[in-house]
Amino acid sequence: MAAAVIFAVLYVAVIAEQSPATGGGGWRTTTFGSAINDPGSFLRVLLDSITFAGALFIVASGFALIFGLMRVVNMAHGAFYLLGGYIAYEIQQTMTGQGFSIPSAEVNTWDWLVPLFVAVPSIAVVGFVTQQAFLRWNQGQELRQALITIAISVIIADQIIAHFPRSVSTGAQRLGGNAVDLTWPGWTDRLVDLHVWGVYYSLARLVMLAIGAAVGVGLWLWLYRTKTGMVIRAGVDDQKMTSALGINIQRTFAIAFVVGSALAALGSVVWASQGNIASGQDAQWLLNSLVVVIVGGMGSIFGAAAGAILYAFVLDFSGSYLPTAGADCCTQYSPIFTFILIALVLAFRPRGLFGRDG
Amino acid sequence: MNPLRWAPKQRLERCIALGALVLVAVWPALGLNAYWSHQIFLQTFLFGIAAASLIFLSAYGGMVSLAQTALFGIAGVIIGNLATKGGAGGTSKGLHLGWDPTVAVLVAVVMTTAIGLIFGLVAARSAGIYFLMITLTFSVIATYTLGQVTKISGFSGIGGISSYTPGWLGDVLAHPDRLYYLALGVAVAVYVLIRYIVRTPFGLSLQGVRDEPVRMSSLGYNVALHRTLAFGFAAFVASLGGILYVWWSGQIAPGNVDLPGTINLLVMAVIGGLVRIEGAWLGAFVFIVIQNYVRDFAVPGLSFGGTLFGGSFNTIVGIIFLVIVLASPAGLMGAWDRAVAELSRRRGPPRTADEPAPGPGS
Repeated sequence: MAAAVIFAVLYVAVIAEQSPATGGGGWRTTTFGSAINDPGSFLRVLLDSITFAGALFIVASGFALIFGLMRVVNMAHGAFYLLGGYIAYEIQQTMTGQGFSIPSAEVNTWDWLVPLFVAVPSIAVVGFVTQQAFLRWNQGQELRQALITIAISVIIADQIIAHFPRSVSTGAQRLGGNAVDLTWPGWTDRLVDLHVWGVYYSLARLVMLAIGAAVGVGLWLWLYRTKTGMVIRAGVDDQKMTSALGINIQRTFAIAFVVGSALAALGSVVWASQGNIASGQDAQWLLNSLVVVIVGGMGSIFGAAAGAILYAFVLDFSGSYLPTAGADCCTQYSPIFTFILIALVLAFRPRGLFGRDG
Repeated sequence: MNPLRWAPKQRLERCIALGALVLVAVWPALGLNAYWSHQIFLQTFLFGIAAASLIFLSAYGGMVSLAQTALFGIAGVIIGNLATKGGAGGTSKGLHLGWDPTVAVLVAVVMTTAIGLIFGLVAARSAGIYFLMITLTFSVIATYTLGQVTKISGFSGIGGISSYTPGWLGDVLAHPDRLYYLALGVAVAVYVLIRYIVRTPFGLSLQGVRDEPVRMSSLGYNVALHRTLAFGFAAFVASLGGILYVWWSGQIAPGNVDLPGTINLLVMAVIGGLVRIEGAWLGAFVFIVIQNYVRDFAVPGLSFGGTLFGGSFNTIVGIIFLVIVLASPAGLMGAWDRAVAELSRRRGPPRTADEPAPGPGS
């Protein structure tokens, strides 16, 4: 296994070759060539994965927070993600008064921040209602709670198709969960000169990374430097003992669920501004959150960060550095590499990299 | 087993199951409604087989697996790649190797079981809710793999598979009754096989692993091996369902095994109840009837555009699923067990009726 990992690293570093102008190429042929020959592209892919890890971390840390404290696998996390993105899209459409696709020059900072500040509390409320109505009274029944959140995710995902996106509907005919873009504020829509190997890199993606890092630092300060955070960490370790000490654990649960859901919406706004938001992505982001948490381990934001970075690396590098020869040019094998990542981590650490028994 | 010594509940269950079995067995022969036999009952048989693999893992292994739909679909995709032919009148997608369909079936079963063993090996050291999460990632990864690896499937999937069935089955469109009886036979065989497996030494130690993994481990049993083998067996069962499915529908696409597809199978298993194998076919039957007849169901006051809150069939499925997990997490079979227990408690001293009924009731 170690040999396979070393081979993968060597492949990216020196073995890969840029595809010739004509002809098929062989097993060494990739889009960019090796890191030695084409360091600029390598750096760009590296930055792509790190910035994507920022978005991944935002969404997955919310999932991990809920799971770590309450042992609730919130299967509706992906649906919350989707709903948050669509709500933000509607607000941005209304504010800019633009049509289907907005040029980023038309979007100022407020046109991006206000949708964010509406979508995040909305999903926090949805999360709060879900937790209070459906999960509060059956604490400890892990499977039943997972099934309940699956049912909720089915309902939300279907209602999204029925009602979103509103602003591009024409009369009675709705467009039913179509792909739409949020738009970053205009000032982020430029390339920054990194002064390394002549690489220019998207400022928007760097902003995304900064938001991810800010969420990470914020969560760390909250969990490790405040009283609420202390209670949450105590709850992760021993729920019964914590409540026996006179702490209102139900209140802590509610707070954690609200924050966790809000992070799904925040991540959604950030990533939908970079890519898009479309019906069906709830499955994608549920998978993303699950992989990050399975790889990283439970109950610690370091686990979520490590999981997000590893997963983003595997996705982006397998997308960019797999052989692209011949008729097989358009196949994406990256999902298989995700499976290999999970298999490798679980083979050595059944509870994830930072997971603890219990 | 002497029928006179069965508890009343057992006797009733066995009568119902036998009656249902006779009914579905004679249904096509009597020329009754063909829509019911070829749509509802046939789908009940084959989805019930897949649901039975899920319930087997859950009831006897303590593992709720969300990868069964993926394995079901993988078997179908393998058949699609091996058995179909390209060229004029053939299918456009897949490898279309044009193998003999009977050989293709054997290879599909063996390969799917092998993939199941690999999945099981990766997940075997986890249990409970962790197992659910890991198998869900398997399922979603399988969907994306099928969608993105254009050589074997691609997003549109493989069609026209029903023309490449083995000679002894014939053209499914011309002779749907043969597939009907095949599916019924496989369903009964799967039921009997599962009931047999759980009484073998392997099945008994699997139940020990379910209840007390630590204790079993210290008694010298290999816990991970038991889980892996159980998962492989469940993959084998799911592959049978998947093969019947592609012959019935003629096509397989990543859309059959995506997250909604995975959830649908889970809903069937949960409606039936994750505790008893019979529940698989009961749940599949209820789900498919709902799917066929409740599509345009309108709730007064809550619906506009003909459906609930403007949503589609999935909203109704979601609400039914929610009600069941809120009201009776053990599903209809669990509710039935509870109702009988309650009744007998009121009527007098309890009689032991632990042994469930035979026959895949539908």
